[in-house]
Amino acid sequence: MSKSEPLKIDAVIDLPDNNPKDTANHPATQARTEVAKRGRRGTLELWLPKLVVAPSFLLSLVFVYGFILWTGYLSFTKSRLLPKYDWAGFIQYQKLWASERWWVACQNLLLFGGLFILICLALGVLIAVLLDQRIRIEGTLRTIYLYPMALSFIVTGTAWKWMLTPGLGLEKLMHEWGWTGFTFDWLVNPDMAIYTIVIAGVWQSTGFVVALFLAGLRGIDDAIIKAARVDGAGTWRIYTRIIIPSLRPVFFSTFMILGHIAVKSFDLVMALTGGGPGYSTDLPATFMYTYAFTRGQIGLGSASAMVMLGGVLGIVLPYLYSELRGKNHG
Amino acid sequence: MVESMPGVKQRPLMRAVVYVPLILTAIYFLLPLIVMLLTSVKTMDEIRAGNLLSLPATLTFEPWAKAWDKMGGTFTNSFMIVVPAVAISTAVGAFNGFVLTKWRFRGSELLFGMLLVGCFIPFQVILLPMARTLGLLGLAGTTGGLILVHVIYGLAFTTLFFRNFYVAVPDELVKAARIDGAGFFTIFWRIILPLSGPIIVVSVIWQFTQIWNDFLFGVVYSSGETQPITVALNNLVNTSTGVKEYNVDMAAALLAALPTLVVYILAGKHFVAGLTAGAVKG
Repeated sequence: MSKSEPLKIDAVIDLPDNNPKDTANHPATQARTEVAKRGRRGTLELWLPKLVVAPSFLLSLVFVYGFILWTGYLSFTKSRLLPKYDWAGFIQYQKLWASERWWVACQNLLLFGGLFILICLALGVLIAVLLDQRIRIEGTLRTIYLYPMALSFIVTGTAWKWMLTPGLGLEKLMHEWGWTGFTFDWLVNPDMAIYTIVIAGVWQSTGFVVALFLAGLRGIDDAIIKAARVDGAGTWRIYTRIIIPSLRPVFFSTFMILGHIAVKSFDLVMALTGGGPGYSTDLPATFMYTYAFTRGQIGLGSASAMVMLGGVLGIVLPYLYSELRGKNHG
Repeated sequence: MVESMPGVKQRPLMRAVVYVPLILTAIYFLLPLIVMLLTSVKTMDEIRAGNLLSLPATLTFEPWAKAWDKMGGTFTNSFMIVVPAVAISTAVGAFNGFVLTKWRFRGSELLFGMLLVGCFIPFQVILLPMARTLGLLGLAGTTGGLILVHVIYGLAFTTLFFRNFYVAVPDELVKAARIDGAGFFTIFWRIILPLSGPIIVVSVIWQFTQIWNDFLFGVVYSSGETQPITVALNNLVNTSTGVKEYNVDMAAALLAALPTLVVYILAGKHFVAGLTAGAVKG
């Protein structure tokens, strides 16, 4: 009895949104009358779960989807300091792609994002594999690698800005240590400043890659590795042929997360270089902020935000779709 | 896994190959923290005379006092924003996760997918409408406004955490309680909540770190008196007026870093769990 009862109750819960035709000859008709007897309280219980998620649903509908549409509309207007709502077509997008500064921002994002992801992944995987070799001080090392993740990008930017200050920071340290010819002026060099953002970004985020891959490495079945060893495979071969390939999903999600951090990078640039010298280290995120909030170009700022959204969704939606699909099937 | 590689651990050369890169990278990761600490207890004269790693001849805590003078108020501001925002977003996330796993209805999966998109959007795309809306609500430049913004855009993450945690809780527990006549809230309080300790810790730590470290919302939506500490730090460091006081800058940066660092040191394990929860989903 106790085994059939929960099923009935489950069916009752589903009643309000299932169509009546399905439930008419459902074995749960008995339970349904029970609910009717319970009256008002029963009805409330049926709707309660939906009432509980309703605020989040509405908030998301308005503040995520509604606001995206709003920004989208603004990007088709001539809004400057104040929003205007007269349709102006693609004028802002034309302006955006004709803007030298926007191209610099996009190129910087590709350069910064590419290097940031590549170095974080390479360094993170290397450290994770080495840490996995039964290291005595593993706990301490892990703490050291990961603590930058707890810091604000503003703190990271402040620290690196000080260390990279020409004449006082690393430069002076190297001079005093005897390497007098050492110059390191990347922070104030328009051609090199973007790489200082890579250095600081890698410093902050590599520990995260280490944590993800260490978890992945620990999750691999020992039996497979033992079997390979019996077959005479060496350590290098085991890593390159078995372990690393089996971590493909971890590579994939790490790539997604790092890419996401790169696109959203705003704080780090603001603290480290402020987008400068000139606008040589602008990223789309700082471009949008500058035009929308300090230069009174709401229309152009909105257009740049929409392009950013398009870029992110183009990468994320297929991933999200496959994730959710996979879950339903599995 | 290394148990199955008995050859590796014995050879000293192999050990060096493993340890040397680990220790070198560890130094790279530690260096900025050491430099910040050293710089923050030196006088400006010593900073100019010495180098990044030279030890202070005399310890001075004046930079810290100065930093606290300038940043103390914003330190409190950040707490005023963080505490309610973390509490509300975690509580709502827990209820959402409970409904989305244990009281599914037609369309609940779709609803989850819809909320999840909120984790991925670049916030630039909502900044302008939000600014206008906060203005209309009379919340522009207020602590309440910032709390609201952080709750709204944190919900997607907290819902994701709790949903993924509750999926693993056996449905039978809930069904059995329903037979006994327990209602929605009774089941939540008596059965689900007592199981939720670990995921509440993860959610609280994640939200705390995110909101404390936020700069974008802070710089756009706060005014002078409600400024969070990250915005104040950026203003302090990037003002070009007057003599640069690197020691005060570093003390201020450490001050801004302190709360999240303490959380990380006390609960590092859960911190990592939160970071990886979104990535390696079960």
